[in-house]
Amino acid sequence: MTINVKYFGLIAEITTCEKERILFTKKNVSEFLELLYLKYPSLKNKDFQVAQNQELVSQDALISGHELALLPPFAGG
Amino acid sequence: MINMNRYKRHIALSEIGQAGQNKLLKAKVLVIGAGGLGCPILQYIAAAGVGTIGIIDLDTVEISNLQRQVLFGSASIGLNKAEAAKIRLQDLNNTISITSYPKKLTHQNAITLFKNYDIIVDGTDNFETRYLINDAALITNKPVVFGAIYKFEGQVSVFNYKNGPSYRCLFSNQQEKEQSGNCGDVGVLGVLPGIIGSMQANEVLKIILDIGNILSGKLLIYNALNYQTTVLKINKSEAEISKVLDKKDSFKTKTSSFNCTSEVRKISIAEALKKKNIQLIDVRETSETPKIDSIAITSIPLSDLENNLDKIDLKKEIILFCQSGKRSKQAVSILKQLNINNCFSIKENSSEIKKHLENI
Repeated sequence: MTINVKYFGLIAEITTCEKERILFTKKNVSEFLELLYLKYPSLKNKDFQVAQNQELVSQDALISGHELALLPPFAGG
Repeated sequence: MINMNRYKRHIALSEIGQAGQNKLLKAKVLVIGAGGLGCPILQYIAAAGVGTIGIIDLDTVEISNLQRQVLFGSASIGLNKAEAAKIRLQDLNNTISITSYPKKLTHQNAITLFKNYDIIVDGTDNFETRYLINDAALITNKPVVFGAIYKFEGQVSVFNYKNGPSYRCLFSNQQEKEQSGNCGDVGVLGVLPGIIGSMQANEVLKIILDIGNILSGKLLIYNALNYQTTVLKINKSEAEISKVLDKKDSFKTKTSSFNCTSEVRKISIAEALKKKNIQLIDVRETSETPKIDSIAITSIPLSDLENNLDKIDLKKEIILFCQSGKRSKQAVSILKQLNINNCFSIKENSSEIKKHLENI
């Protein structure tokens, strides 16, 4: 199946796009991230949270929705 | 008696009225950081008649702040930000009480300070202070109006509001991972903190007035380039909150080890040369001019500092300089994090240093 993935801040700088559709067969968020790290190896060292269908979820959450978002913390003020 | 004519556009709103304006006049709000976010927050809450405002910031106004920190003018350069902001705000509204705290927020002073206010506003520029604010607000049971920016994007939320989620429920502190834009010199579109700070001021006023929907349990992300606004739901993590509350008795004994650029020790070239045992380090790229060669200098570009630590003589006092004084401050911060503490950043720029050395 495919899923829409949105990127914010520094994460979008690494992926060089703000959103994309990704084909996958994985069941949960952490398995999906492993797949994403193959495409973008430098994501692995970055601090971010994952949201599914506009709700922040833990890494063991099952992928049930149609949209994931990768959200890094911002420090600036 | 306060002249209510000042607030007649508030009072005209049925959602506010005289009763709402009275709530604003009785409210006490502490704004941490009078920078890009702090300026618009302070401006709007002071204008709205928030009766008691505290401003804490250790930094001084620099010319590079004026691109976005709209409370300040050229005459503010060199003044402490909390004090300069107070002067401007007292002119904007002389009927409210404003207290400036020209100091750093620490584990030692946060709890006592927070107890004097109803709402805490986070307008800081580094993660360590953001976690400190969150934890002290949890312990004192105060809501935090949070805002943070990165280049063209901003985040807004309200934490610890009526037992809602805290900042740690959103981002538990993953210190082993790289975090983006911690103080330093990341660029930012000048108007962005104006937008995000105004949203924070909006949340402050809504909390006081008890109107609308508060951004509690939600994180709003705004992109200034394409107007995309995303709101994500945050769930409360009792485990993260308990970790903070369980340690509240030892909170004050923690050290605030983090150093942003304001904490960097600065020195003039003349003072530096008076010291006996120094190593002068040029952190500019090797191609940059003017070249300085009238005195022994080690060249270690900032971009490669961490790979060249063996060039640093730890038995000496380390004096760093660059083109403007900005990168040398960053270099001192980096070295401090590596426990190399005997470092200073030269106040003057490279041309001034060259001139000084030629005139000795």
